[in-house]
Amino acid sequence: MKRRDFLKALGIGLTGIAFRPLLGKAQIFGRREEGESPEFMGILVDTTRCIGCRACEAACAESHGLPVPDIEDTSVFNTRRKPTTQQLTVVNRFETEKGEVFVKTQCMHCNQPACVTACLVKAFKKQVYGHVTWDKNCMGCRFCMYVCPFDIPKFEYEKAVPEMKKCDLCWDRFKRGMIPACVEACPQEALIFGKRRDLLHEAKTRIYKDPDRYYPHIYGENEVGGTSFMYLSKVPFEQIGFRTDLGNTPYSKYEKIFIDVVDLIFILWPVTMWSMYELTKKEGSNE
Amino acid sequence: MNERKNLIKFILSELKPKGPIFTPFNVITAPIILIGLIIIILRFLKGLGAVTNLSQEFPWGLWIAFDVMTGIPWAGGAFCMVFLVYVMHFDKYKPIVRAAVLSGLLAYSFYAGALILDLGRWWNALNPFIGNKFGFQSVLWLIAFHFLLYTICAFLEFAPIIAEWLSLETIRKLLHSIRIPVVILGVTLSTLHQSGIGALTLMAKGKIHPLWWSEFTPILFFLQSIFGGMSMLIFEGSISHRVFSYRIPEEVHEKHHSILIGLARGCAGALFAYLALKFSVFIHVHGWEYIISKMGGWYLVEVIGFGLIPLIMLVSAVRQENIEVIRIAAFLIMLGILIARFNYVFIAYKWYLPLSERYYPSWMEIWTTATIVLTEIWILRWIINRMPVYVIEKEE
Repeated sequence: MKRRDFLKALGIGLTGIAFRPLLGKAQIFGRREEGESPEFMGILVDTTRCIGCRACEAACAESHGLPVPDIEDTSVFNTRRKPTTQQLTVVNRFETEKGEVFVKTQCMHCNQPACVTACLVKAFKKQVYGHVTWDKNCMGCRFCMYVCPFDIPKFEYEKAVPEMKKCDLCWDRFKRGMIPACVEACPQEALIFGKRRDLLHEAKTRIYKDPDRYYPHIYGENEVGGTSFMYLSKVPFEQIGFRTDLGNTPYSKYEKIFIDVVDLIFILWPVTMWSMYELTKKEGSNE
Repeated sequence: MNERKNLIKFILSELKPKGPIFTPFNVITAPIILIGLIIIILRFLKGLGAVTNLSQEFPWGLWIAFDVMTGIPWAGGAFCMVFLVYVMHFDKYKPIVRAAVLSGLLAYSFYAGALILDLGRWWNALNPFIGNKFGFQSVLWLIAFHFLLYTICAFLEFAPIIAEWLSLETIRKLLHSIRIPVVILGVTLSTLHQSGIGALTLMAKGKIHPLWWSEFTPILFFLQSIFGGMSMLIFEGSISHRVFSYRIPEEVHEKHHSILIGLARGCAGALFAYLALKFSVFIHVHGWEYIISKMGGWYLVEVIGFGLIPLIMLVSAVRQENIEVIRIAAFLIMLGILIARFNYVFIAYKWYLPLSERYYPSWMEIWTTATIVLTEIWILRWIINRMPVYVIEKEE
């Protein structure tokens, strides 16, 4: 190999190394800051206590500056509703083997959220206290919607300047030392706010103390790697509209399979191709 | 000084249309493009909801499915050909390498460029490239960056031809000297973003029908970009050799036949590898449990109708040197990739939703896509009519 070729090869290699951090580096997969990192907060939803009053819906709309729904109107229970750009949380009614059950739906605030991994501009963020929040540097590519296992982010298609809307676990209120609006509004204490660890403790205690009242599973303890919203129920969760086929693997792990190989390809491919180039060079060519 | 004046004069004279203006192609496509531009303006003024059928359930529609998911693997011929000709020194494909690079460059500029239409908050489109909020962990970030870098690579690969056209000898020599590193970087980037498009689907586990969702999707997508790119070269090459025959010298024309046969062989090889991997995935996911259903039938249409059958056609046509059959097979393979990619975006995606909640493209989405393809063809024609695309490069 001539000196010039060697320098060329070296140049390519160094460029590769220089670009490496830019070309896909797994940085936040499951990693937490070292040192004093606060614990994730969360909300425990005890569906056995919920009476379907929809006070949480109204409180949520009010605190987020959205149109407040008429909570006297019970006809909304006739259809299965999903959160929208106008309603970040909705309550649904389910007929089950143990009577009717009301279930509040909103962003689950995953421990390792697919939307945060998906976001290429860090508009979606997992705050150190567990809140999954959205910021205005979003490009509107909607990859988060494509991947979210709970179909939560909602996009304002009808606007020329659209935003992504979803529950933010009242991040602004939290910064001012207040508890989430829905929790504050709940007359039944069906919602409790606290450290995720304490909530799990409480949920397990309730199941243990009253095994007839509860189905022995906490939805959100391990689902997709654990979520900040956790649910208790008296019936199996598929009867009240939950997906029970999501598994316990955090969704970001599925992508990590690929991201891990990126570095490898970036080192192996150029070197291999350069040697192929040298090996197949024609005699007498001074190329 | 005088030289510069001459250059400007030359460019101005080249900008003028060559040949008749009112050809059937122009008369039909010009109004389509004009109406398409109006739709694009409407999209920016009124938002995505005004022109598309996108919904909260289906955040990605035709624009992603066709422009990115399908257009990019169809453009895979560029990286395959520069790899064969410049890295592996296969002189056989020299006559088409420039055309391949050109169509790759245009595909990336237009299809990746059309992405801006699909971005809801398009004014933030530069955020992945500038600022301090790089989402390194996102496959989409990797793809965005690779699109940008690869488009630059493809431009540098094509730039010597522009320099030749403008008779800028020093620039051409300079570009020629950096060609091999650029080609190697380009092939590496292609490997990663072609498979990266497949990696986008990994986190949609549970929303994509189990017959399609697989950890191997990135590798499947990469293989598709090889045989998809070659099919496109066969298909597009056959058309340009008729349409632009007056621009194609005899020595290039003579070799066209054997090049098509060679491409068909390569295409069949990659397609075979793809189908073998697809089959092993099928076994892994216990595919037979799903096969007796609507989606199972649709899966068979994609894999057999637009995979296995064109493979058999290719193999027999290569033996008999039957160019017509090769062309039909190439077209079927391209359609097969289109179907496969549409599946990941809105057909096998959320297959469990009832028909009433499903996505189908609006006429304006289809019209916009047609506008983008036609504009690309206009630019392609403009370049082929002026620059030395169909020539066999001399050894230097």
